[in-house]
Formats: sequence, structure tokens, C-alpha cells
Amino acid sequence: MAAVIAQSLRKAYGKKTALDGFDLEVAEGTVCGLLGPNGAGKTTAVRILTTLLRPDGGRAEVAGFDVAARPRLVRRSIGLVGQHAAVDEVLTGRQNLELFGRLYHLDARAARGRAAELLDAFDLEHPGPVKEYSGGMRRRLDLAAGMILSPPVLFLDEPTTGLDPRSRGEVWKAVRALVATGTTVLLTTQYLEEADQLADRVSVIDAGRVVAEGTPGELKSKLGGDRLDVVVRDAARLAEAAGIVGRAAAGPAEFDEDTRHVSAPVSERVQALTAVLTAFSAAGIEAEDVALRRPTLDEVFLSLTAA
Amino acid sequence: MTELAMDPPLTRLRWALADGWSVARRDLIHWIAQPMTIVFGVAFPVVITLAFGYLFGGAVDVPEGAGYFAFLMPGMYGMTMLFGLGATMVAITTDLSRGVTDRFRSMPMAPSAVLIGRAVADLLNSVLVLAGLLACGFAVGWRPDSLGGALGAVALLLLLRFALLWVGMYLGLVTKDPGAVTVIQTLEFPIGFLSNAFVAPATMPGWLGAVSEWNPLSSTVAAARELFGNPGWGGDSWVAQHAVTMAIVWPLAITAVFFVLSVRRYQRLDR
Repeated sequence: MAAVIAQSLRKAYGKKTALDGFDLEVAEGTVCGLLGPNGAGKTTAVRILTTLLRPDGGRAEVAGFDVAARPRLVRRSIGLVGQHAAVDEVLTGRQNLELFGRLYHLDARAARGRAAELLDAFDLEHPGPVKEYSGGMRRRLDLAAGMILSPPVLFLDEPTTGLDPRSRGEVWKAVRALVATGTTVLLTTQYLEEADQLADRVSVIDAGRVVAEGTPGELKSKLGGDRLDVVVRDAARLAEAAGIVGRAAAGPAEFDEDTRHVSAPVSERVQALTAVLTAFSAAGIEAEDVALRRPTLDEVFLSLTAA
Repeated sequence: MTELAMDPPLTRLRWALADGWSVARRDLIHWIAQPMTIVFGVAFPVVITLAFGYLFGGAVDVPEGAGYFAFLMPGMYGMTMLFGLGATMVAITTDLSRGVTDRFRSMPMAPSAVLIGRAVADLLNSVLVLAGLLACGFAVGWRPDSLGGALGAVALLLLLRFALLWVGMYLGLVTKDPGAVTVIQTLEFPIGFLSNAFVAPATMPGWLGAVSEWNPLSSTVAAARELFGNPGWGGDSWVAQHAVTMAIVWPLAITAVFFVLSVRRYQRLDR
């Protein structure tokens, strides 16, 4: 069953269209990565799905409840971790979680107990106010606040934007732990690596609509399968090398002067590799590195959103 | 809408108050964690009081031969209520810009609790600051005539603060920008000068004097002077003659307008 359904969602701010027929389906217990550049409509989609924003058209369901007709039941079923760490800076982590616990209508004792559990689970034992927290700790506290009722559906809007790599790793670890408990997660991100790391399925959004959907592996193969990468030792022979690679490959070769890097899509992997190496040795071109690889999500993304 | 009908009205009211108190308690924890903010909140009007009282006091001719402080203190109490406008705006815009309001709105709590909590917290804060300034008044020799009158005056001052709460909330919800608060805070003093808080409107150019007399702050301050038993400027105009009435009418009218505007604006944050 789908935990999140969006059908032809439309939203405009004045004359600026944010969502233009946005469709999405997230299966229960899976992680969906919503991948797109700034201004693609990711945050607008999350705000509609979390009842913060009313769509101009289309409909959406979260945890089986219509977001327009049953906002309170939706709110009971979701956790939202927004782009800002939406916690109180003056309060301690414990005080924040107790406050939100009370607002989720836990009694004082239950709120205290739940706060203690979450502080422990998210490794947030720090006696001081939140303003003393590192960026990663704040996001983890934000995450913990979204998990007070252990909601079946969790929305993470760019959970690691602005974090250093170590803090990003901490947040990823926390998200993976939640996913292991069966929580459905809709995650927006500008980072292809993040979608690749965390998501079961990825929807690529551009200009307010989903332009591609699939597992990270499927999206990569949509771009024409594998690629052959060669690093040439002598920059002077780069163009010549690119010609050789292009003849052996399934499409034209690209090359980069600075990195002496030649890259082309290939269909017959080993044949192409053998042909290139034979031609290189006949022409006396020396290769520093040769590799067959699948395209990165970056390449998928650029090719999908460029048009 | 259909959903709200699920709970009986009394249950809804109970949750609105309980959640509102949870939200307000957040401010109380702030005060305990950062007592200096309260200290500065009191120190600011105290410093202004002392500056006006000692620097300008000698230049102002106070009726009935009382000292300037006897006249100034009720004016400063009113000004302190006015300063609350900026404080409410700061709190509203900060929560909006940091995503805290969004978190509240994405939770299954009573939607009205965000505004109720703000109102309760800001009103309590004003009670504290007013108490501090009253103590300052006693220290410089200001005295009310009677306890009953004093309580009535304090009630009218807080009624004005209650009305300004909704103005602050509305302006905060409209601007959503903590930077915009500076504009309002800059306007607080001119609004105060354009009233009877510091000088008699009769000494101003005719039309300015009329504007000052009709300034809601003037009604509250004149009523407070009357109830405290402190000297006032009097004035022959209808509004000056009916200060206590107007000190009730003005805040109620402001509340009626801005309460509706604030609530509607809050409900339309989803637009």
C-alpha cells in the first residue's frame, strides 16, 4: 500500500508556478528520495503533504488520509523535519522534546519518558541549551522531535543541507536506524549521493513536476548503461585518444583538458575496452587509468533536467 | 472543517488552553534560562524614566506643583505597554523564520494554541516588567493615592497591552521578517511622544495636540493618572474628559479588529 500519494498537485505563488502536475507514490516502509535543484518544487510538495500549504489543484493522501479533508489525522501520522532545525535554541534538548511531547498530548510523565528514550536513541545527551549543539546534533534533535509519536510517515526536507560531511554522516546513520524500524520516509535532497545512499526509489523533480522515477540503479541505466573512463598521460594526445574511445563506444566521447579524462557510454563493455586498449597501444598512447563504471546520479540528473 | 466537529467544543477548548499553556511555558523556561533578558526588559524603561525625570523634568511645568516623576511615571507605565508591541512581533517573526511555527502547524495540537500561548507569555512578561517599573517609581518618590485606584490603573494598562498583543501578532504574521520589527520599534517612541505620556498635548501645535489627545496611549495614561491620583493635564476636549471610558473603549476596539485579523492571517498561513 502507498503511504504517500500525490496526484497532479498544482501550486502557484502569484505568477510563479511551484508545482505543475506533481505525481508521487511512496510505498509503505520504503524511502523515497525527491531529488531536484533549488526551486524545483521539493519544499512546496513537502509543505502540501504535511498540511502546511493548501494546493491550488490535485489531491494528496498521507497514511491513508486526505491532506485537505483530514489534516488533523494526517498530522497525527507524520513527523516533519524541515530545512531549519525547528527547535528552540534556548531550551535544552530534553526541554524541547518534553515541550513537543506535551503538544502531542502525552501526559507529563509520558512526555518525560519519551524525551529520555529519544535523547538516548539519537545520542543527544548534552545538558546545555540547543544553541551549544553542533549542526549535526541540532538536526538529530529535530529528527527526534519528529519521532515523538513514532509516526508511520516521516518527511525530511533537505535534512543535511549546510552540514559538514561528518554531521551529514551522523544524520544518515540516524535516518537509516529509523528506516530499519519500518518508517516510511520521504526525503528531499539536492545531493545525488544522499538519494543514492538512503533512498529505495528516487523521483527526479524539475520545474514542479517529476521528470523521472525509479530505483537509483534504474535511473542510472536509463542514461545508456555503462561508461568507459580513461585518463590519458599526455595531454597533447587527448583529442586523438577521445577519437579512439569514440569509435569503440556507443556514443560520442567527452573529454576534459584539465583532468585528461575521456569518458563515453558503452554497450558492449569488454569488447569496447579491448578495442580501446589495442588502439591505444598501436598509436603509442599511454593510459594512466582505465575503468568501466555505471553513470553517477549527477550525470543522470544533468541529462534529465537539462532539456 | 468536517474534522473539527469530531471533538465536542469543551474538549477543543480544554486542549486549546492546555496547548496554549505548553507554548507559553516555553517563554517561562526562557526567562529562567536567560534571566538577563528580563533584567534588561525592566532596565530599559527604568533608564528612560530616570533620564527623562532627571534631565528633562526640571524643564516641564507640572500642574499642582507636584514633581515631574509624579506626572512621568504613569506615562512611562503606558510607554512600557507600547514597547511590548515590538516584543510580540520579535517573538512571532522569529518562530516563523526559524520554522518553529511550521513545526507547531504540522503537529496535531490545537491550532489556536500558538496565538494563545504567545498572548499568555507576553502578558505575563509585561506584568513582570510593569512590576519592576512600579518599584522604580516608588524608589524615585512616585506614589499612588489608593490601592484600589492603583489596581484599576494597572488593569487598564494591561488591557492596553492585551490590545497591542494582537496588533503585534498581526504585524508579525504579515511581515514574517524579524528585520521588519526594527521599523515598528523605531516608531514606538514617536507614537509615545505624540501622546500625553511626556508632555501636555495643550503645549503642542493645535492639530498635533488633537492627534495626541486621540492617541489610545493618551487615554490609558490619562486614566492611569486619574486612578493613581497623580496630576494630569486635564484638557477640555471630550476625549480628555472621558479618559477612563476611552481607556476601555480603545483597547477593546483595537482587540476586536486585530484579534480577527491575526486569527485570519494565522489560518491563512497555508495560502
